[in-house]
Amino acid sequence: MTRTRKPGVSRRSTLALMGAGAVSFAAPWVARAQAKTIKIGMPTILSGRVAQLGTSSRNAVMLEVEKVNAAGGLAGRQIEMVIRDSKGQPQEAARIARELVNTDGCEMLLDGEASSGSFAVHEVARDLGVLCIHTCSEASSLTADPKQHIPNAFRCVRQGIHDSIVGAGYAAGIAKAKGLKKWATCSPDYAYGRDTTGEFVLYLKKFAPDVEIISESWPKLFQPDYTEVVTKILQAKPQALYSCLWGGDLTSYIDQANIYAMFTQMEVFAVNMADYTALTVVKNLPKGIHSGDRYIKTFPPTPENAAWGDAYKAKYNEYPTNWSWQNATAVMFLNEAVKKANSTDGKKVAEALTGLTIKCPFGADGTVTMRADDHTLVGYAIGWGTTIPQEPYVPDVKAGDWKTIFELEAEWKKSKGYT
Amino acid sequence: MDLDALASCLTSPACLVTQTTSGLIIGMLLFLVAVGLTLIFGVLKVVNFSHGAFYMFGAYFAMTAYQLTGSFALAILSGAVGTALLGLIFERAFMSRVYGRDVLMQLLVCYAFVLIFDDVVRMIWGPEFRSMGMPAAFQVPPLFIAGGVVPPYYLLLIGVALVAAVVLGLGLARSRIGKVIRAAAHNPGMVSALGINTGLIYGGVFALGGMLAGLAGALAAPVRSLTPGMGFSVLIESFIVTVIGGMGSILGALIGALLIGLIRSFGSLGFPLFTEGLMYLFMVIVLVSRPTGLFGKEVA
Repeated sequence: MTRTRKPGVSRRSTLALMGAGAVSFAAPWVARAQAKTIKIGMPTILSGRVAQLGTSSRNAVMLEVEKVNAAGGLAGRQIEMVIRDSKGQPQEAARIARELVNTDGCEMLLDGEASSGSFAVHEVARDLGVLCIHTCSEASSLTADPKQHIPNAFRCVRQGIHDSIVGAGYAAGIAKAKGLKKWATCSPDYAYGRDTTGEFVLYLKKFAPDVEIISESWPKLFQPDYTEVVTKILQAKPQALYSCLWGGDLTSYIDQANIYAMFTQMEVFAVNMADYTALTVVKNLPKGIHSGDRYIKTFPPTPENAAWGDAYKAKYNEYPTNWSWQNATAVMFLNEAVKKANSTDGKKVAEALTGLTIKCPFGADGTVTMRADDHTLVGYAIGWGTTIPQEPYVPDVKAGDWKTIFELEAEWKKSKGYT
Repeated sequence: MDLDALASCLTSPACLVTQTTSGLIIGMLLFLVAVGLTLIFGVLKVVNFSHGAFYMFGAYFAMTAYQLTGSFALAILSGAVGTALLGLIFERAFMSRVYGRDVLMQLLVCYAFVLIFDDVVRMIWGPEFRSMGMPAAFQVPPLFIAGGVVPPYYLLLIGVALVAAVVLGLGLARSRIGKVIRAAAHNPGMVSALGINTGLIYGGVFALGGMLAGLAGALAAPVRSLTPGMGFSVLIESFIVTVIGGMGSILGALIGALLIGLIRSFGSLGFPLFTEGLMYLFMVIVLVSRPTGLFGKEVA
């Protein structure tokens, strides 16, 4: 028996028509589903000598964004990160930030810039009114100076003044115990180096008035050779040395100072040593360098922090950096603020962020707070300890006391005319 | 300005030993890079702006060889030989095509390769900084000479650089190939007319220059952090040395490098905030009083 085609509309045509109809009916839904995606822009440093830190910032953000998206996104909207390389140039960071908002349609900014770039991005946020969370700049004035304040910008980063208060308190204790009165400093010659060293010395002298600075060295940023600086310090014969050199500069300095046996001749306090970027790169890490914690998975000594460090390593085959935890915390804050606001509207999220306390693996007591009056991060784990040449690298970190930090920070702000 | 510290150092044997050694270390490393630069300019008449990249490759080659073999000698050899080969390939493939062209064109080509080489390093070894680490043989306490501190590794570094300077100087002055190179620098047309392959000489000189920069990078690798772009600052200082010594003069490169090293070393005591400035000031003084540099010759 043969089948004959009936005249009129065939089944195939009917199905095709139905399909087309379904597509045209569904189009607005598809469009709406796409609109549900929320774009977050992130200028950061992905090339040049600081690229490792920028990359670790991006990694940490993506690690947290994946969790948020897997849990349903921000108020039901999947996050799409738009991450661009600023090459560490402030003007490029500002240009990219503006483009991310105006051209790419980003509704929020995570500003993964070092101090120089963050001030430029801050001005873009001021101009465009977009929600902006700075995630890497430690320059205290960014949020402490009321002239810089805007309601839509926050800073989710450790701060130079906090580090200096805790570091100086720790160093003063050792100075008194060991009679370290003659100190030298060696820090990079730019805003971060000068400010952080000045603040450290200020509080060191406050806690240990006998201390005297007998030598200062200001090598330029990314200087390849520190021989002249090392020998200059050796000539001065200090009992202790403070340095806020960081990254490749710090490792070069340590390698070069090592062969002059500098670490056997004085106590060294290097605030940026306890970060895996430096700890794992220096081949002959001297024992007994005093350092502030940057990121190590053993401080704060909680299972949550260790698990986060391990998860990062499992995904990226290296340990996170100081910039990593700060960026991860920023995403955690965004997630909680959106929940609190029940909206992704930048203004409402900013209001929710103000004064918000969240659970966080990097908190001194398991929580961190976005302080309301100056939109800056407080309550994060902060402490100092001494190095050993293998994991856990800094086995005993002495935690700083936030009550003291708050008191002295308030005095400092007053002295700067910020309050 | 801390002239008291400088004066006190100049009257202290311990300080003199430490700071002089420090100056020699800085100077000898600079010499190795600068002498390659000046040699290439002297013979090929090319300002090789990509020269710092060979210093960078020398350091990375040395680090890799050291990680693979654990042998410091092989690491140094790899840094030197690897960059010599790279220099030869680079010269034959690219630089030989811009000889005699406008200086701007040569600079642009070299600068393009500075960026390309940096990206190549980034792709192979990653963007993060690396450290080779000090070989175990040199992880020993420093020597104390007249109370001054001198690390044994730096004595090796100064020794190797001095040997390179002597071999290079004698080789160019007395050997047959040295005479040919000098003749090629003076009159390439005549050398070519005599049936000597000038292309080979040019390639060889470029490779030799690259090798010297690579040797400097390999020697610096244990004490400096390795990062893409690390050759740039060395290049600038090497240019200063070359200009002070006189473009094309090997003796000038040696004297210029040692002067810069000593200025940096003692300047850091007396003028801690102007150490860099001293270097440039010295260059200006030399160029104003002697535009061709200390040992440079007038171009007819």
